Amino acid sequence: MTLDQIIKDLDLKVITEGKDFASVTPTHGYVSDMLSCVMTGAKNKSIWVTLQAHNNIVAVACLLDIAAVIISEGAKPDQETINKANEEGITLLTTDKNSFYVVGRLWQLGLRDQ
Amino acid sequence: MTSGILRALEHEYQEEEVRKYRASHLFEDIESSRTSLILRYIIQRYNFTNGGAASSNIKRALVRLGANPQLARRVGIAIYEAEMNLIIHTTNGGSIHVEIEPNQISAFIWDEGPGIKDVNLAMQPGYSTATEEIRELGFGAGMGLFNISRCVDEMDLKSEFGKGTHLTLKFFLKGEDIMGDGHLNLKEDGNDA
Repeated sequence: MTLDQIIKDLDLKVITEGKDFASVTPTHGYVSDMLSCVMTGAKNKSIWVTLQAHNNIVAVACLLDIAAVIISEGAKPDQETINKANEEGITLLTTDKNSFYVVGRLWQLGLRDQ
Repeated sequence: MTSGILRALEHEYQEEEVRKYRASHLFEDIESSRTSLILRYIIQRYNFTNGGAASSNIKRALVRLGANPQLARRVGIAIYEAEMNLIIHTTNGGSIHVEIEPNQISAFIWDEGPGIKDVNLAMQPGYSTATEEIRELGFGAGMGLFNISRCVDEMDLKSEFGKGTHLTLKFFLKGEDIMGDGHLNLKEDGNDA
């Protein structure tokens, strides 16, 4: 399943620069709002679901080679965070839905944590 | 519009490839009994805006130097945790020095206070002294030092309460982890044979 399909299916808003999302294939998923847990548990090429919207999520996503970050519950990163994500080539996606819904849907689409 | 984005991406990709090409030959091109590259960073207390900047730069440097991406990720994660500890827990921030050699990476992270009261307790997963405010930002899960220990080959944590903390991390590089472009060439030759 490609990132393009995930964005369409979950009706996610892309807030960073456009990319060829059809060529990005996330292989795992991870959900947590504790950054250290993400650092410990998230595999590379993961989709990371969180309601944290401050700029430290960019460094975490960058260090872990995260495929994309889905920011849930309508949280909105500030422009500085979006700029930093663009510099690092990190894709930030937002949704008004909560993390439970997002993860459930990703699981239905076939994404797993292993 | 899409082709414009693709062209821009291609250009960026090529620039990055050129950077990698230049840097990855560093260790082969410079001859000495023991060559190393030292990266130095000063980390300010409570500067969350730059949180992870040093570790991200270190990871990028390693990739450009020809490191295996998995190794670069491992080093980046360990140093990120140490960097955030300097931001969150120190009195006046601290320093990070990373020494890169073809067959090992050493990281020295230190501060001048306040120091850790009980190092064994601090190493336990889930133990944290972070404030509520810090936890709201998603830090202070008590996983940092434990996560570092998982990522490194050797870890030495010395701390004196009232004086400060010295953390030394070592990564020993073997086989395909050895730094530089040399091993990539060797591997390709091997595949051809």
